[in-house]
Amino acid sequence: MIPESFDYQRAGSVREALALLKQHGDEAKILAGGHSLVPTMKLRLATPGTLIDIGGISELKYINDKGDYLAIGAGTTHWMVESSSLVQQKAPALSQAAAQIGDVQVRNRGTIGGVLAHSDPQADYPGVVLALNATIIAEGSGGERTIEAADYFTGLWETALGDNEILTEVRIPTDSANANSCYLKFPQPASRYPYVGCAVAMDKSGGNCSDVRVGFSGVAESAFRDDGVEDAIRGQALNDDTIAAASAKSAEGRSVLSDYFVSEEYRRAMAQVYAKRALTQLS
Amino acid sequence: MEVSMTVNGTSYTHDVEPRTLLVTHLRENLRLTGTHVGCDTSSCGACTIIVDGETVKSCTLLAVQCEGAEIKTIEGMAENGKLHPIQESFREKHGLQCGFCTPGMILSSWQLLERNPNPSEDEIRHSLEGNFCRCTGYQNIVTAVQDAATKV
Repeated sequence: MIPESFDYQRAGSVREALALLKQHGDEAKILAGGHSLVPTMKLRLATPGTLIDIGGISELKYINDKGDYLAIGAGTTHWMVESSSLVQQKAPALSQAAAQIGDVQVRNRGTIGGVLAHSDPQADYPGVVLALNATIIAEGSGGERTIEAADYFTGLWETALGDNEILTEVRIPTDSANANSCYLKFPQPASRYPYVGCAVAMDKSGGNCSDVRVGFSGVAESAFRDDGVEDAIRGQALNDDTIAAASAKSAEGRSVLSDYFVSEEYRRAMAQVYAKRALTQLS
Repeated sequence: MEVSMTVNGTSYTHDVEPRTLLVTHLRENLRLTGTHVGCDTSSCGACTIIVDGETVKSCTLLAVQCEGAEIKTIEGMAENGKLHPIQESFREKHGLQCGFCTPGMILSSWQLLERNPNPSEDEIRHSLEGNFCRCTGYQNIVTAVQDAATKV
């Protein structure tokens, strides 16, 4: 399968990419690792007139400890995230999610910025960055803008990124909840996309859940924070009964995806199961 | 558009359409047909090669994305007429049936052993999940990788 013809531009820096984006307008798409975009183009579901390749910009590949948060460059590959001891220690949910994306070859190439900009409802990271209360940094011609993860995912393949903006960095707070976080996934056995991906970050004091954030990937048209589960477990003693009661609230009142393999009912039930396992694991 | 890359130690420069897939470039322009096209949808791993020290699926990369890259394909594994130890193990342990997936399997095994020289059987199976053997000859492939781990 061969994509439709397009014009290819290689950007040497974010500034150059932004200038190219402004110049080519709606016709242009940003290419990072290309592991969502290139397959989509091969199927001719996407036919951009121009590709602006930011994959070679090394200044976008980093994981830095900034004290209050981890700064992860948009061009950082899943393998870099998976294998980073810093991420494993400060935000285990993120490294667990990275390690479960696709396969080794895909993780060598796919990038965190690419996944978040694409906002596929079946991607792993979105629910995780919600649970980790991350901040997305977008750069445009007017400079840098910060977007809270909670405001970032706006719908099916839709994000709060502007037309002439590039996602440049993801910031993960280094709080105690994120240090006690996990990501559990019920994968499609062939594609490895999550039918259900559940990320939880939890603060504990004594045997109680003092604070908690729960994010789901793969369950609805876009990733979401599940305040129903959060409200039910926050402030409660952590035991089988409270965890069962809280996880039963998973995706309550939300429209849930249904497909050939997994019905809405089954997906909803699995969301509850994975929330229960994640809460139990962190207790 | 002109693209230059080093493949198995040799520099190549070609004029290609930007939409040319890397695997097409390798097979049709460079005539390196050891890299196979299986599913053509980034699933099966038959087109696995090494780009700048990391395995990738060459059906999911554009040739123009590899400007200046250092590439190794199955043809570059043997040196001076001597098989790479991983190839040797696949031969000795019969880690192949029809052979179609073998180049990808060998390069993925190389990536595994490069990152984890002493893998458990579980780790071998997990790290080869991006490579399909439709003959289902996985058992001998795992045995071959275990054998290779003692040699590389």
